[in-house]
Amino acid sequence: MRTGGKLAWGFILLLGIVHWDFWLWSDRTLVFGFMPVGLFYQVCISIAAAIGWALVIKFAWPKDVERWADEGRDGGGEA
Amino acid sequence: MGLLTLAKEPTPLYVVGAYFALLIGLGFITRALYRGTSGDYFVASRSIGPFLLLMSVFGTTMTAFALVGSTGKAYQSGIGVYGLMASSSGIVHSLVFFLIGIKLWAIGKRHDFLTQIQFFRARFDSVGIGYLLFPILVLLVIPYLLIGILGAGAVVRGVSVGMFPDTFAGTLNPATSQYAFAGAVPPWLTGLVICAIVLFYIFSGGLRAAAWANAFQTMVFMVTGVIAFWLISGKLGGLSAATQRVVANAPEYLAREGKITQLQFLSYGLVPLSVGMFPHLFQHWLTAKNAKAFRLTAICHPLFIMIVWVPCILIGVWAVGDGITAPGGNANAILSKVVQVTVADPFITGLLTAGILAAIMSSLDSQFVCLGTIFTQDIVIQMTGEERFSDAQKVLLGRAFILFIVVVTYLLSLFPPPSIFDLAVWCFSGFASLFPLVFAAVYWRGVTKAGAVASILTMAATWSYFFYEGLVKPTFEGVEAKGDYLVAGLMPVTFIFAASAVSLILVSLVTAPPPAATVDKFMIARGQTHG
Repeated sequence: MRTGGKLAWGFILLLGIVHWDFWLWSDRTLVFGFMPVGLFYQVCISIAAAIGWALVIKFAWPKDVERWADEGRDGGGEA
Repeated sequence: MGLLTLAKEPTPLYVVGAYFALLIGLGFITRALYRGTSGDYFVASRSIGPFLLLMSVFGTTMTAFALVGSTGKAYQSGIGVYGLMASSSGIVHSLVFFLIGIKLWAIGKRHDFLTQIQFFRARFDSVGIGYLLFPILVLLVIPYLLIGILGAGAVVRGVSVGMFPDTFAGTLNPATSQYAFAGAVPPWLTGLVICAIVLFYIFSGGLRAAAWANAFQTMVFMVTGVIAFWLISGKLGGLSAATQRVVANAPEYLAREGKITQLQFLSYGLVPLSVGMFPHLFQHWLTAKNAKAFRLTAICHPLFIMIVWVPCILIGVWAVGDGITAPGGNANAILSKVVQVTVADPFITGLLTAGILAAIMSSLDSQFVCLGTIFTQDIVIQMTGEERFSDAQKVLLGRAFILFIVVVTYLLSLFPPPSIFDLAVWCFSGFASLFPLVFAAVYWRGVTKAGAVASILTMAATWSYFFYEGLVKPTFEGVEAKGDYLVAGLMPVTFIFAASAVSLILVSLVTAPPPAATVDKFMIARGQTHG
């Protein structure tokens, strides 16, 4: 795996770690006047996850998986 | 109930009826597209593209729990529920789609598998492992189906109170001698109707019908969810005003301190791994036209979860701040109550009810088709041989077993256990604890049949023990559950998962692995990525 792929997977790992936002456990600050910071932070994690998976797909896509799937099929059924 | 009681207009149910009519119409369309083969019925001829895969996988993953349960859980435990269940799922679900889903799609296509059990049988060169897994998977799916049927019944009953006073008297409370839910559509009738409609369209077009219906239903529940959020927040005086009432009346719901513990939060992270072993999701993965179809699903899944869950969490917390109480203390009824209290428009109420039913039915259909598939492929054909039945007979067998499961589930729904929504986390915990098995089967050459069997049996034993201690025993003793059942501060899934993983590894290390030729069939060579 090249550097881009490693960084993309590293980003996902980092997200898994920082998902545990223990420092916000008792923080009731409101963001934008209505969203508790603990919820806002986790929403950001969701958005970051989407970005992270886009990066993994861009840089660490298992490119030969389709070729492998198509070659040497056992049966000849439609399914 | 007085004689002069006036019936409420059933407008919301007309809207729900229109939604049902659309689903039936979809059933006719997919019937026209059905190619008449078992491959088409069970895995849609592996022809599903990125958009339909995203919508069907998301619709299948989101259940009644996502809308009704999440609002109820936030009503009980505050905003921390989002991090506990939603954002973690956004990371973990896509991780599973990427690491397990794509691989299993490739293995399934290469070897013409239709079911999860076929994969495990071939991977471990063991017919017996299928007979061991079948009852466990079915038993873990049935409560999941029950949640859907009961959730639908509860929602429709909630919105239809007073609509049919001459037909449905309601439920007599012996303590007060008063009728609750007078004039409401009883849950048995709602359950019957939604089962019949789901059966109609999946019998018409199999998994293709389920995928199409899921796409439609996913759009319905996402759009109606956003509309509900917008309307409810407006009725509560706007986003800021609604939250300010929580600040004033129940500020503890705006943080996790005292509501969710650190260990509980951490151990919940294992629960979303359940998607790796959901048999119905496995079947959806097999429908993908190609591996690239998974890309959109992996990227959009966390965002879709966010779109559905954030409004539900805020509505649950706002209900506390606004002093709206759940009927009968049932937190899962809070969403319907908030809609009733804040959105007086019967048309909008109907739309929202249809949205909730869409979330429920989008899981039921895939689960029904999946159970029919594994019974036909993994039990009947395994026992009688591939040639014993024609393609049409295989489809018929699948439908017959689906009907059997629906009848059993429907009958069970008439006698609901008191903590039905608690069952969801138990089901997820069981599937999540089988994750080490599927992960090892895909990535570890050294995993053995004995290790796999040990892992399954250990999961079943430890799950049963904790399930008895955490749900069955308190229920029989009349102890009302207050929050999640924790062991040493951790979710039981931690111990079940660990026991399953340790037994898998230890037994595999001391037993002989399958022949290299067998393992080679399932391993994609390393280093085949670009970047």
